[in-house]
Amino acid sequence: MTGAQIVIESLKKEGVKIIFGYPGGVILPLCDALYDSDIKFILTRHEQGAAHAADGYARASGSVGVCIATSGPGATNLVTGIANAYMDSIPMVAITGQVHTQLIGNDAFQEADTTGITRPITKHNYLVKDISELASVIKEAFYIANTGKKGPVLIDLPVDVQRADIDFRYPENIDMKSYKPVYEGHPLQIEKAINMMLAAERPIIMAGGGVISSNAGEELKKFLEITEIPITTTLMGLGSISSEYRLNLGMPGMHGTKYANYAIQQTDLIIAIGCRFDDRVTGKLSEFAPKAKIIHIDIDPVSIGKNVSVDLPIVGDAKSVLQKFIEKNPKINIEEWNRQILEWKKHHPLKYKDEDNEIKPQFVIETLAGLTKGEAIITTEVGQNQMWTALFYPFKHPRGFITSGGLGTMGFGFPAAIGAKFACPDKTVIDIAGDGSIQMNIQELATAVSNNIAVKVIILNNSCLGMVRQWQELFYNKRYAFTCFKKEKGQPDFVKLAESYGAIGYRVSRKKDLEKILIKALEEKEKPVFVDCLVVQEENVFPMVPAGASLTEMMEGLA
Amino acid sequence: MEKEDLKPHILSVIVENKSGVLARIAGLFSARGYNIDSLSVSETEDPNISRMTIVVKGNEKILEQIFKQLNRLIDIIKVQDLTSEEFIEREMVLVKVNISNSNVRQDVMQLTNIFRAKIIDIGKKNLTIELVGGSSKVKAMLDLLETFGIKEIIRTGKIAISREFGKE
Repeated sequence: MTGAQIVIESLKKEGVKIIFGYPGGVILPLCDALYDSDIKFILTRHEQGAAHAADGYARASGSVGVCIATSGPGATNLVTGIANAYMDSIPMVAITGQVHTQLIGNDAFQEADTTGITRPITKHNYLVKDISELASVIKEAFYIANTGKKGPVLIDLPVDVQRADIDFRYPENIDMKSYKPVYEGHPLQIEKAINMMLAAERPIIMAGGGVISSNAGEELKKFLEITEIPITTTLMGLGSISSEYRLNLGMPGMHGTKYANYAIQQTDLIIAIGCRFDDRVTGKLSEFAPKAKIIHIDIDPVSIGKNVSVDLPIVGDAKSVLQKFIEKNPKINIEEWNRQILEWKKHHPLKYKDEDNEIKPQFVIETLAGLTKGEAIITTEVGQNQMWTALFYPFKHPRGFITSGGLGTMGFGFPAAIGAKFACPDKTVIDIAGDGSIQMNIQELATAVSNNIAVKVIILNNSCLGMVRQWQELFYNKRYAFTCFKKEKGQPDFVKLAESYGAIGYRVSRKKDLEKILIKALEEKEKPVFVDCLVVQEENVFPMVPAGASLTEMMEGLA
Repeated sequence: MEKEDLKPHILSVIVENKSGVLARIAGLFSARGYNIDSLSVSETEDPNISRMTIVVKGNEKILEQIFKQLNRLIDIIKVQDLTSEEFIEREMVLVKVNISNSNVRQDVMQLTNIFRAKIIDIGKKNLTIELVGGSSKVKAMLDLLETFGIKEIIRTGKIAISREFGKE
């Protein structure tokens, strides 16, 4: 069997059904072999699109996303997508072509040191120079990508290795002496955690992407039913518990809800599950949760104690640790604290000033939320569109929200939505975008149209890079350097643009038209739809904690 | 900010003997702004496995992060902080000393004997000494040689191993 065929047979063994990619010179043997295989190959229009689509596919499905590119520029174009998956711990395998082994290091045509470039942004990577290692490398790659703290793994495959011949034997088992992730939390630590919960008067749970990654949504729900502890979910953790749960505080941090931040500053015990205390969550570290002890449950020991000091570390998988917690059935008496939480929720709801004659971006999201009942898979780009979505869309299920959390990649949402739609063809998939971000990977319209992928792209079009503009308004004396587009010159007509690809385009310029156009967009089953919503330019995301400030210093937009 | 007095730690890192492992470790240190004081790498009794001895300075928090970050790398099998237990360290140093003044030559040779070092090369102007020892011995001899004028020094970097004696 040739190297290329071995790749395909190995991918089949791993259950891979779909690959996103872009062909090129030295990946041709693999593309040629894929041509006859049952694995679906989705041709994107840019390698970055392929990486994000694989990422979106992985987030929506829970299985490993696979993308392919050629050497040199193909591989470097994947880089942003790989880095994005790395920051958010998304399981992905990227396969890149490489020049002939004899030419490596010679500055050959389309040569780049791909393993060198991707070393800091992959969980692990391989340059396979010997075909006898190929099958076991692929086995390892999938194992590493999808276990422990998940992440992208890259396999760089020289063209001659793809063409070489050897008997195919796929390893049945895997035993790596240097890689053994810990899943079970230590029983003693679990016992201690339960005691801390029982002793706490004002506990909260902070759930992150780890809960979703380990499919621990059900366990989390059960644990909350037992304990009735209020919960805040980080950006990556949104959807891990339904927004309908009465003690759900939504997102904490820089653009968190007031009640989530109040709770953090008053709590005496944070039970952190699968989150990593990112600076956008903690604000000024020294003033973060000043009264709280912290239990930190994470599968990645590095994340524990990296940013905040932890009183009780539990290295383990969120699902397995929560199961252990549930077995202990801790009954906690925190009625008074929960009354306080509900009061905060009642008195400090999210708000914005709605207008009759203008379209507010928050209103667009609320309308969409009403029409989809919080059941759609929502992706976002990065910036205001992302924060408004996180705040105003009522997520109900794990894997219902797909966003670039760690890296903050503009241009992620649209290709990720395409990937998610391939994973969940029966679900409504919506990318909530800005007019800036959508232009970063707009070429993927062709991918969506040619595959009948009826994703909806809701563009909150404010003719500017809204989040950066917001910072300039608040912190740079309203000097809007390079953030505001000229409406009359250079901004595309998104309706015509969509139509030119064979997609559907609508424009909403009057508030009263919004709902019926959104309904039409949601009803479309064959083609992607762009809805260009002309929203107010000056609208800002609030509440806001300035970068580096304490969570107590929340700015508000409304008097 | 007042500069913290950072204690040197000797890390013994057992790794897969594969290409790219050193780059991964070097990348980890540089990406997080940790400085390596010395590094030595060689094969172990098992040719598939190498041992690195890395000397780094840092407070407890930095060391904990280095420790965990190293453990997270796939090709790393085991990391041990030797300074947290009884250990033996050695380093080899080659020193070229100026002896154009003939009085100096005698003194240098005497010093070499006292430290049980070896003269491994000698010319009209310079002689080269091979010294093996722990850090205090190396430091003591280099300080003394400094007074005669050191022309060149090369050091292997420390290697270290845990001590058996007294363990039971």
